[in-house]
Order: sequence, then C-alpha cells, then structure tokens
Amino acid sequence: MTAEATTEAPREPEQKPAERETLLTAFQRNLWASNGVTVTTLSIFLAVVIGAVLIVLSDSAVLAKFAYFTARPGDALGSSWDLISAAYSDLLKGAFGDPEAISAWFSGTGSWQDALGPISETLTYAAPLVFTGLSVALAFRGGLFNIGAQGQAVLGAVTAGVAGFSFGLPIGLNLVIALIVGALGGALWGFLPGLLKARTGAHEVITTIMLNYTAALFLSWLVIQQGIQQPGRSDAISKAVDSSAQLPSFGGALRVHLGIVIAVLVTAGVAWLLNRSAFGFELRAVGANPHAARTAGISVAKTYALLMAVAGGLAGLGGATQVLGTAHALTPAVAGNIGFDGLLVALLGRNRPWGTLFAALLFGALRAGGNRMQSYSGISLELVTVLQALIVIFIAAPALVKAIFRLRTARAAGQSASPAKG
Amino acid sequence: MEKESVLRPVRGKRIVAILAAGGLTLAAAACGDAPADTPSGSSSSAATTAAYKACMVTDTGGIDDKSFNASAWAGLQAAKAEVSGIDPKYVSSSSEADYEPGLRSFVTQKCNFILAVGGLMGDVTKKVSDEAKDSQFGIVDSGSTGANVYPMQFATHQAAFLAGYLAAGYSKSGTVGTYGGMKIAPVTIFMDGFADGVAYYNTKKGKTVKVVGWDKAKQNGTFADSFIDQNKGKTITNTLVSQGADVVLPVAGGTGLGTAQVAKDSAGKVSVIWVDQDGCKSAAQYCDVFLSTVVKNVEEAVKEAAVNGAKGTALAATPGYLGTLENDGVGLAPYNQFDSKVDAGLKTEIDQLKKDIIAGTVKVESANAPK
Repeated sequence: MTAEATTEAPREPEQKPAERETLLTAFQRNLWASNGVTVTTLSIFLAVVIGAVLIVLSDSAVLAKFAYFTARPGDALGSSWDLISAAYSDLLKGAFGDPEAISAWFSGTGSWQDALGPISETLTYAAPLVFTGLSVALAFRGGLFNIGAQGQAVLGAVTAGVAGFSFGLPIGLNLVIALIVGALGGALWGFLPGLLKARTGAHEVITTIMLNYTAALFLSWLVIQQGIQQPGRSDAISKAVDSSAQLPSFGGALRVHLGIVIAVLVTAGVAWLLNRSAFGFELRAVGANPHAARTAGISVAKTYALLMAVAGGLAGLGGATQVLGTAHALTPAVAGNIGFDGLLVALLGRNRPWGTLFAALLFGALRAGGNRMQSYSGISLELVTVLQALIVIFIAAPALVKAIFRLRTARAAGQSASPAKG
Repeated sequence: MEKESVLRPVRGKRIVAILAAGGLTLAAAACGDAPADTPSGSSSSAATTAAYKACMVTDTGGIDDKSFNASAWAGLQAAKAEVSGIDPKYVSSSSEADYEPGLRSFVTQKCNFILAVGGLMGDVTKKVSDEAKDSQFGIVDSGSTGANVYPMQFATHQAAFLAGYLAAGYSKSGTVGTYGGMKIAPVTIFMDGFADGVAYYNTKKGKTVKVVGWDKAKQNGTFADSFIDQNKGKTITNTLVSQGADVVLPVAGGTGLGTAQVAKDSAGKVSVIWVDQDGCKSAAQYCDVFLSTVVKNVEEAVKEAAVNGAKGTALAATPGYLGTLENDGVGLAPYNQFDSKVDAGLKTEIDQLKKDIIAGTVKVESANAPK
C-alpha cells in the first residue's frame, strides 16, 4: 500500500509542472492528503488502536490493575502493554508466519510446513473472499448493490458440491466441470434479481436478500435428502466431493489450495472486463448514469441482467472454492459468511478489482491471525470481527478519519476514489 | 484554510475538556491501593515447568452453552484443581470450518492433550490425529479413530430410559414431549431412551402415555437445528405443549433454555427434564421448572482423562471410556425442588429400574448407542 503511495507521488509533478515540486515534498503532500491509500492505512491504524482498548477492557485481570492506577501506574500500563503486544504479535504470527518457526526451518530443526502454515491459512481464508468481493464490487460499478453474494455463493457451493460427487469424471476434467457448474449456479441466482430489475424494476437489494434466505434454506433441505446425504450419517452432511474434483492442495497442515491462484487470475479477468471490454464500458456508463447511458444507446435492462449474472457467477465461484477447496462436503453452514464478508471486502477495496484482492488478503490475514490469537493468547475471535467492522466503518466514513488526523482535502477530488485504472 | 485555523483552537479546547473530564472520572476510580508485591513470578514459573497442556476445541455451542461444552471445560478446570501442573485452555468454534484450524493450532502449540468436544468433530479429528501421530487426542461422543485418540462415550439411553419412566409417571396430561438440537446420534440416543422409558411405563402400568416430538421406530422427530437458538426452543416447546405435553425433554443445549422459559411462564403446568449437567447448577435461574436432569457426566470423564494423562497413565484408545448407569457416567440428577411433588412410589420404582438396568434384567437398546 505504501508502494502505491510512492508510485503515485511522482505522477503529480508531471500533471502540474508549474509547481515544480521536489519528489519529497510531493510525497509528503500526498501522504497527508486525504487520498484513498492514506485513509485506508489510517483506518486500519484506528481500528487497531480501538481494538487494543477492547483487548484491555475484556481482560479482567489487567482491568483490576487499573483500580490502583494512581498508586502504581507501572502495573497497569505494563500488563496492558504485555497483553496488547502478545495479542497483536500472535495476530501477525498467525497471519504471516512465526519467526521462530521460520528460523527453525532454516536451521533444519523445524519443518517447512510449520513455517509456511500461517501464510497458507491466510491465503485459504482469502480465496473465497476474493470471489465474493469481486462479485459485489463489479455489481457496484454498474450501479447495483448486490447483497445477494451470500445466496449466490451458497448456490455455487451446492451445484459445485453436487457436481463434485455425482459425475465421477476423470481427474482434472472433474474439477473444471465442478467449478464451471458452481459458477453457473451462482450466475443463475444472480441472473434472477437482475432480470427482475431489468423487466419489472424490482429493487435488487430486496430481491437478493430474499434469495439469500431461499438459497440457505434450500441447502439445509438438500443435504438431508437421500442420494445427497452421506450414507451412515443422520446429521446434515452431504457425501464428500471426489478427490478428483477437489482443488489441489499441499495437504496436511498446509490447507492452501489452487483456489487462490484462480482468484488472482479471475481478478485480472475482472479488471480487463471492467476497463478494457465493451461490456465493462457499458456497465460503467450505466453505473454512472443510467439515463445518460440509455440516451447514448446502451440497453440498460440488458446490462443489468448480464451484470448480475456475471456477479452471481463470481460469487458462485467463491462458494465452489469453499466446498471444493476446504470443506469437501456440503453442510448447512458450508459457505460460512463469505458473501457478507464479500460486501466488506469490496467496500474496503473501493470496488476496484485489485483493491478487492488486497482487501480479501487483509481479511484472510486477520482471520488466520485471529485463530492463533484465540488459541495462544485466549482472546476471543470476535475481536477480529470487530477489527474488520471498524476498518470498514472508518473507510466508509472518510470524513471522520480526515477530521481525526486533520488531513487536507486531496487536490484532484475523487482522484483516488475512482481512478480509471483498476 | 482560513476557516480551519479559526475552528482549530475551539476544537482543540473541546478535546482537552473531554479528556480532562474522562481523566478525572478515571482517576477517581483509580485511587485504590496497590496490593502488596507478591513473588508471583516464582510460583507461576514453577507451574509452567511441569505444565501439562490440556487444550480443548469446543463445538459451535461455545464454551458457555450450559451443556456439554461447559461440562468438558469444567472437567478440565476440575483436573487443574486436582493436579496443579495442568494448564487448561480452549478455543471456541463459531462454525464447523473452525474445527480443523483449532485442532491444528493446538498441535503446533504442542499440547499434551487435545480434546475435541462433540461427535461432529469426528472426521476432522481423524484427519488431524492421523497426521499428528505424536499428539494425544481425546474426543467426546465419538468412537476412537486411531491409537492416539481416546474416546469418551456415554450410554445415555440408560439414563434417558429412567427419565422417560419418570416423565410418564409424573405427567398429568398423559402426553410427554421431547425434541433435539440436531439429528445426530449423541442427541437422538436421549430421545430413544426417553421414548422407551415411556413405553416401558405403559406396558408395566397398562397406561397409554404418548410421546410427541420423537418416533423411535421411524427415527424421526422435531429438531431445532441449533444448539443456541432459544427462540426456536420456545416455538418448538409451545407446539409440543399445544399437543398436550406437560413434561418436556429438550436435548438441545442452550436452545433448551427456551423450553425452560416456556415452563416458567406456564406457572407450574409444564415441567422440564434437563440434560447433560444438573439443571439446578448449570441453569439455576430455571431450577423451579426442572423435574430432574438426564446427567451425562462429561465433566467427570474429561477430568479423569486429563488427570490420568498428566500423571503419565496411558490413555488407551480401546476400550476408552464408556459412561453407564453402573459407573455413574450417566444417571438421573436429584429431583431438587420437585422432590416433594414426585410420588414416593414412583421414586422407588425408578431406583429399582436403575438396578434392573445395571443387572441387565431390563434391556435398554438404541440404534444410536455407542458401539
């Protein structure tokens, strides 16, 4: 993210050569201007600070030391610092790797699986979020608020899962078919509200929320049907996906699978679609102003229907990665919360494809680190949810961040919020 | 810029004022005396040198489900009280996707005893324990899946049989009800035993007490599909009550608290048989509606396993632990506030029935019993 800031900095003088800024002053000026990168970084920082306060508040032993703060402040401050630093260092170790495990790997006493495990977890959690995030982001660029990513992901998981254990195709083909079927399932679930919007003007927020419920209840019903339910089990779990239809993974503690690679490729594809293709131009035009787009000869109805189908397909792929990559069987909660987290990821990524990818990686890292934080420091995993929510709240209210840090208004208004490049 | 420079000092003062006010309140609260310096460092380091890390992963009910996750955690706490070197810790799972990372993280932390709470974790525990052959695992409500997995299972149908007999004898409406949290063997085994106990009462007494919410022959009944949703528990209980049930057995963890609330609101018409831990201890606020509890002594089993493990006794995967009426691994809790309301004759019959089941003269069978 800082890399982006530095690359943006030298671009400024070119645009306004009259000012003759040095690189350094341009960088400084941009650093404290309220551009997207600065606001994002400061939002994360604020969330971390509030999180630290919450960590202290939730620990009764440390809190008790504050009762005699005036008598011996060192106790309270010291133990607070210990607690916060332990929590956040576990968060970082769980997300990116434990220096001890890495040095053990280099010195030959530890295994590379242990050293790379945290990164693997981060990527595992990030993969489905990339897809659902892209789904929301793409729809948003076309002026549609796709709350239905959850339902589309559920349907994608259902179709991909059923395809994964039903067809018994040879290795490779089975996986490709399952992924395609997963995307189609999600696309269908996105196409319906798109069509309703195009034909009847029904608001997509309402229809997609309703379809979320439909998808979730359909899944709960489906997994206990004969032929779907795992033989010998009375609880709600489907047959396992054939190993030939599972996304290849290192196995063992390294759960990361091919899904993250596909996610990067799909991000590139969406960036191309949005910025280089005719459809991308149309959807951006419709998103900016549907009336103007109609006047210009773009079929708004067709764009809405197609856009929702594509967005649904992306979310469906997210559900498919979840079932083919990590869960390997359908259960009522197989899709977890990836659709709704996708909304946050898209917001954080400012509805740009690569931004969404990085936001998903950040959420994946928080999730993976949160697991370690809970396990090692005993701090509730819910704190991670709070951190995620706080980051998004600050991002969604840039005026708040600006006021707190007294940032100057960026010169070219909206320059960073919606640049031409993805 | 002009405007800001005017605004700034004002805003600055306001912030200072808020901070000062907050600081004063905090300072007022922070005037306590510091405790005497105790050499806490040495005692805690002594404990950590011999630490036996007992680590448990809860299922989705969480640590505070007033039911079997809570029991397992209480078991580890009790073990710690007995053997000081035991260092218990846990992670809660918010969804089934958390089982695997939870278990793996404890393997990485080199826990001496990794406890998976709940039969739903069977597959994941098998997967992780097969890869981590050096770690000792334990699982509640599931058979062993390897030499390093110590199973703790319960013949709960035996105790539930007594509860069914009690409910049938106590019911005034002639209808009793039950429902489950999820259609899995550790839950339906309660319902099987309960239905059989009622049936046994009917044949013995020539009565026709009806069970609603579970059909043993068809293995089908009412389920909340949740171990936490109290509102769902209320809805289901109201349906059962409207079908005539005046004794209800919720086998659904925290969801069952909804049932207790309905019973409380009924002002004595409906009573509840609780499960897992004596309701008057685990959910004391509802003690006045708990007729009794089908106790499944997860606490004792977990405590025993952790204590044995810490003392170096091998935890053999076969036969593992099976709680029965005989070893008090399962049983019927005291009647507590219902002690005076339950007929003395019924109490003696239940005591006799317990002896008969232990002796094998009364056979209790369930397709869901641990094999």
